[in-house]
Order: sequence, then C-alpha cells, then structure tokens
Amino acid sequence: MANALEVERLSVTLDRTEVLRDLSFTVPEGTALAVIGPNGAGKTVLFRALVGALPHRGAVRWAPGTRIGYVPQKLDLERDIPVTGRDFLRAKAAVSGEPQGATARALELVNLPRAVAEKPIGTLSGGQFQRLLLAAALVGKPTVLLFDEPTAGVDEPGEERLYGTIRRLQEAERLTLLLISHELSVVYRYATNVLCLTLEHPCLGPPEEILTPERIAQVYGEPLKYHHH
Amino acid sequence: MPWTALTLSIGMAIAAGVVGCFAVMRRMSLASDAMSHVALPGIGLALLFHVHPVVGGLAALLVGTVLVWGLERRTGISTETVVGVVFSLALAVGSLLATGEELVDALLGAPGRLGRWELALGLAGAAAVVAFVLAQRGRLVIALISNDIARTSGIRVERLELLYLLAFAVTVALGLRYLGVLLMGSLVIIPAATAKHLARSLDGMLAISVAISVCSTVAGEILASRLRLATGPVIIAIAAGLFLASLFLRRRR
Repeated sequence: MANALEVERLSVTLDRTEVLRDLSFTVPEGTALAVIGPNGAGKTVLFRALVGALPHRGAVRWAPGTRIGYVPQKLDLERDIPVTGRDFLRAKAAVSGEPQGATARALELVNLPRAVAEKPIGTLSGGQFQRLLLAAALVGKPTVLLFDEPTAGVDEPGEERLYGTIRRLQEAERLTLLLISHELSVVYRYATNVLCLTLEHPCLGPPEEILTPERIAQVYGEPLKYHHH
Repeated sequence: MPWTALTLSIGMAIAAGVVGCFAVMRRMSLASDAMSHVALPGIGLALLFHVHPVVGGLAALLVGTVLVWGLERRTGISTETVVGVVFSLALAVGSLLATGEELVDALLGAPGRLGRWELALGLAGAAAVVAFVLAQRGRLVIALISNDIARTSGIRVERLELLYLLAFAVTVALGLRYLGVLLMGSLVIIPAATAKHLARSLDGMLAISVAISVCSTVAGEILASRLRLATGPVIIAIAAGLFLASLFLRRRR
C-alpha cells in the first residue's frame, strides 16, 4: 500500500523549547492514525508542522496530488461577526475551484441542516460549528483529513454522531485520516495505528499494542481509565 | 461643491466601506486608526520638499505597512502592538516636521480644488482597492476564520495579509485630503463597525458598510460647506451618530 504521508526526523523548536524531536512515521493511504499524548506533548504543533504552518527541521512528504482538509481545534473568533456558515462554505468552494453545488453535498454529508448554515457562525453550538468546519474541509475534495480534537466542546451524543460521520466518510471516500484525540475509547475503535507523542519515548503501533494500561500510565504519568466497547 | 471633489470622495468612501469590514472583523479597529497616523511624517517631508502632500503621505503609508508586516512576521508580536509603537512614533516625528496651519490641515483634512490627474489617480486607487477586496473576499473570509485552514486550502496567507494591508494603506491615502491623518482611520472603521451590528451575512455587511460610508461622506461634505465647517469632523460626526443609532437598533431587535 502506498503512503499518504512520510515524516522523517521531524523536529520543531518553539521559543527555544524543543517540542518535537526526530519524529519519524508513515501513514499508509486509506488508514486512520490517532495521535495521543498528554497536554503540551506537541500534538497540535505536529499537525501545524505537517501543514507547513510552523518552521521545522526534517522531512514531511505528502503523496503527490494530496489535498488536505484541516479541522482545527478551537478558533479565536469574534462571536458577533456577520459571516454565515454558507459564506464560509462558498468561500471554500471558490478557493478550491469547486462548483457551488459542492457546499450542499458537504452539508448533507455532515448532517448539518441548511437553516443552520444560514446563521452567523458565532451563533452556532460547539457541535454545529465542528460539523461546519468538517463540511468546509470536505468541500475541497480532500484526500487526507486532519482532525484536531474534533469533539472538544461537543456533548456525548454529538460526539458519537460526529465520529460516526467521520467513519462513514472515511470508508465512502477512501480518505486518509489523522486524528488528535483524548478519547482513548474512540481511538481504540477507529484508529488503524496510534502515535503516542512524548518527547522522550514516542511510540507507534496498532491500538491493541499501544493502548495497554502500562503504556498509558507511562505516557500520561498516571493510570488513565478508559473502556473498550 | 465641485463635482470632481464629490466624485473622488464617493470613490474613497466606497473603498473605506469594503476595506473596513475585514479590518473590523479582524479586530484591527484600534490598529487601523493608529495606522493612518504614519502618513503624517510623509506629509511633513512632502511639504518640506514641495511635493504633493498626498504623495508623501501615501509613500509613508506604504513603507509603514511593509514595516509592520515584516516586524509582525519576524517577531511574532501582534499587529496591534507593532502598529501602536511604530505609528505613535510616526505621529511624533510628523508633528515635528509639519508646523502650524499645515499641521492642522494634515491632521484634520482641508477641502480644495482637485486637478484632473488627482481625480484620475484617486479613482483608480479606489477602484483597485474595491476590486481587490471583492475578488479576494473568499480568501479573506477563510483566513479570518483560520490561517491554518487557509494554508491547507492553498492560500498564501502572508502574501494575502500584505496585500490587504497595502489596500488599507491606499484607502487611508485616498482620504488624507478630506479627512486628514487623524480622521481617515475612523471612516474606515466606523461604518464597518455599524454594519457589523446590523448585518446577518457578509454581503449584507459589505453593502451596509458602503452605504453608511458614502452617505456620511456626501452628507458631511454638503453640510460642512453650508455651515462653513471643516469637512472631516462633520463626516465623522455623522458616521458616529449612525453607529450610535445602530446600537439602539440592535438592542431593539
């Protein structure tokens, strides 16, 4: 199987602090990689380096023709700006060279009602906004989806729905998925591989190997409870 | 009032209306007001060397813009901070260079006769600014929501930022003559801030902002010439009055 992404000896230093050191891994096409690790381990930094938003050393090689759909963690947006979900999706379609019809399809894929998309984005709930961001990511016909904590600020049923959506899309569109999550039960169910991020002992492997109680205690510094479904 | 002056001021008001929308949404309100101050040392130098003051002001604005953009990228300090420091300094230097009546004119604007080339260049500048914002609005919206989403969508974020700031600088230069260094920033910000309260979509905001900007400018010019008052302060007073009215309207909704 070809690789969607190859990362070789990636290091990132921010404000003279080494956040990532000599990190190497590959992501085969069509698989799901979950990135886990304690707060401050550099998960978001890794994603931002992968999309070229941060200076880094080492190599980040995306497969030729890769189109990235990026769903960031949280946005520092004024709540009262009069930009609607539709404004955002239309902008995304225009920039990606997609027909405007692509926005309606994206909204359908993420189960976001049209009426919700007509509202200013600052008035959307956490879950609605996450689904709007996902819809925007899908408008550009991505081959790879990058998800930074997709369910932060979303209630539990909303979280289930969102992951269900992501899973469905991944299978239907043969997407490669990179996902940052604190929800280890979710990681266990959805990930093909898990990248466990710590500066000293990063590790990579299938969930059964990585998500062992001993490993998790080592990574998070304490035993963490999670349940398999 | 001569038709040339009126035409140019309408062009300027339209440019201010569209540029202001993104400035307000990007929380650049204070920064952009201060940013217009950088024109002052340019005007001072132009008067000293007998060049057209607006040319000096525009040159200073463009240099200041590139400086702010570069400093922000290199140091990672927020635009607000960089602009605050650089442009307060500019105001200080400018006040030393220009004196007396010249200084008051530069700060508050002064009406006067316009040459044909001034009109042509001014209208071309206004048209360029409006065309830029409307053509790039999709990119500007995405970058407003998230620079990282913009980057992964193939948008060159830094370049877009520089072009936007340059459009802003040109807009300020267009208004130097009528509104002066102190008040032009306000014409960019106040109509857009008003539109932000009233609009429910991006198109709505752009339309309302332009309408308020043009109405305040035209009404202000007519009123100022009837009452023999300085044009700039009257225009801004009208725009600010509309802003206050919009607060009331929003509360009632």
